[in-house]
Amino acid sequence: MNLRKYLKVYKKFLHTSLASELEYKTNILIDLITAILSLVGSIFLLSIFFQNNGYIGGWKFEQALIIQAIYTILNGITNTWFNPNLTEIVKHIREGTLDFVLLKPIDSQFFISLKKINPSGFLEIMLGFLLLSFCIRINQINLNLSFLTLSFITISCSICILYSLWFFISTTTIWFVKTWNAIEVLRSFLYIGRFPLNSFSFSLRIFFSVFIPIAFITTIPSEVFLGLSVVWKILLEVIVATVFLITSRKFWLFALKFYSSASS
Amino acid sequence: MISNLIKRKIFTLLKVQYSNMLEYRVEIALWAISGIIPFFMLNIWTNNNLNESINISDVMLSRYFLCAFFVRQFSVVWVVFSFEEDSLMGKVSPYLIQPLNPFFRYFAQHLAEQITRFPFALIIAFFFFIFNPDSIWIPNLGILLLSLVSTFFSFLIQFLIQSIVACLCFWTEKASSIERLLFIPTLFLSGLLAPVVSFPAYVKSWIYLTPFPYLIDFPANLLSGNKTNIIGGLSMQILWIFLLFPLFKKIWSEGTKKYTAMGS
Repeated sequence: MNLRKYLKVYKKFLHTSLASELEYKTNILIDLITAILSLVGSIFLLSIFFQNNGYIGGWKFEQALIIQAIYTILNGITNTWFNPNLTEIVKHIREGTLDFVLLKPIDSQFFISLKKINPSGFLEIMLGFLLLSFCIRINQINLNLSFLTLSFITISCSICILYSLWFFISTTTIWFVKTWNAIEVLRSFLYIGRFPLNSFSFSLRIFFSVFIPIAFITTIPSEVFLGLSVVWKILLEVIVATVFLITSRKFWLFALKFYSSASS
Repeated sequence: MISNLIKRKIFTLLKVQYSNMLEYRVEIALWAISGIIPFFMLNIWTNNNLNESINISDVMLSRYFLCAFFVRQFSVVWVVFSFEEDSLMGKVSPYLIQPLNPFFRYFAQHLAEQITRFPFALIIAFFFFIFNPDSIWIPNLGILLLSLVSTFFSFLIQFLIQSIVACLCFWTEKASSIERLLFIPTLFLSGLLAPVVSFPAYVKSWIYLTPFPYLIDFPANLLSGNKTNIIGGLSMQILWIFLLFPLFKKIWSEGTKKYTAMGS
């Protein structure tokens, strides 16, 4: 019964935010061109790395393309859901409108995480899937049920980790009010996800798998696509994702205790 | 008399904006951190020995990327985002009445922010040298001054381009998506992620005709002591400034004619 209520509310969210975003139709077109150019740009950068080398961190060019594809899909998801919603938290807290969210008879995390949607991100997701299917062809990956389930599991875990990171940083707004630039820091770190983890030096590798698990986000799903993945890595990713989700939830509830509305 | 007045205005604006920026020290520190992508790129280059193929030693490459970081720090422009917000909120109207082009205000804001950012950039450079003690070098005074000038030119070019885009707000309201589109070629072609020397020949043949390599690659090469054509680079920068400035003036005067204040 609860689930049905949330589904119904989500439908309304979709409807209203799509209606308001479609007001700016040229914007969506420009965003599509931006997404295409940005993909072309990063493939260009990758081709510079590979122009005189067959391997980077043990990855061939065709294999590294898979990482790009997965990064593009995840970036599309970020642009569709995380970015428009979670940057809004900053506004809610600065202007005190979080009060209205908290008063609603609905889970506040659900409300602020899913209220808005940015349709131009869909195009990026589609772009990512196109590249991914191209990669599946050139790497001659045969699709079978276990492969599909594994890739589904790892990609959903990546989405959970990504969401938790975004949500975690946005939550800190309750204390620091302006975390706009903290999000920029996260974005620049996430940029690392475009490249295989092994291409970095050992210390950076540790940093990006222990402190900020960016390594898990793109490298492990790509390894699943190449059939290189080991069971413990996938298990580890599932565990990390669960821990992140639970912690971000707990952290939000904890942070709310410190929320003291505007002007109070 | 007139020049004296302008000087006083600019000085006052700078002072106001500097004290304003000092309020947001943490934010600016975070922003400085978010610019460390060049160091990650350096890590990929040296860790995979990619620089051997372009004949740049590890030390020179690390100096290049450090300089690229510095040039980027002092040429970041966000005028379009400020202007878009001000124009959507109707704050532009009072600015237009004042006997001062509102872009001077934004210009002073940027300069003040750069002054605030300087110590943080130095701290990051300090840490960089701790990890890479080989790459410490002291450029001679002439080169240092020239690269300061060229960094300032790079900032001016970007400021002019963004101001032109910002003026499109008079027509479309959401000009920031155009800026995001323009940011993609800036990111990939300016030399922030890979030095322009490493680009394949089919790109090098036309890239020096665009403004992009003069934004980061040229000043960074100059400062780090890598090979570059000093006179050619500086004259191209000046050429672009002279091309863009009349364009900005034209679009500004057209735009202000078109401008209708909120609620009219």
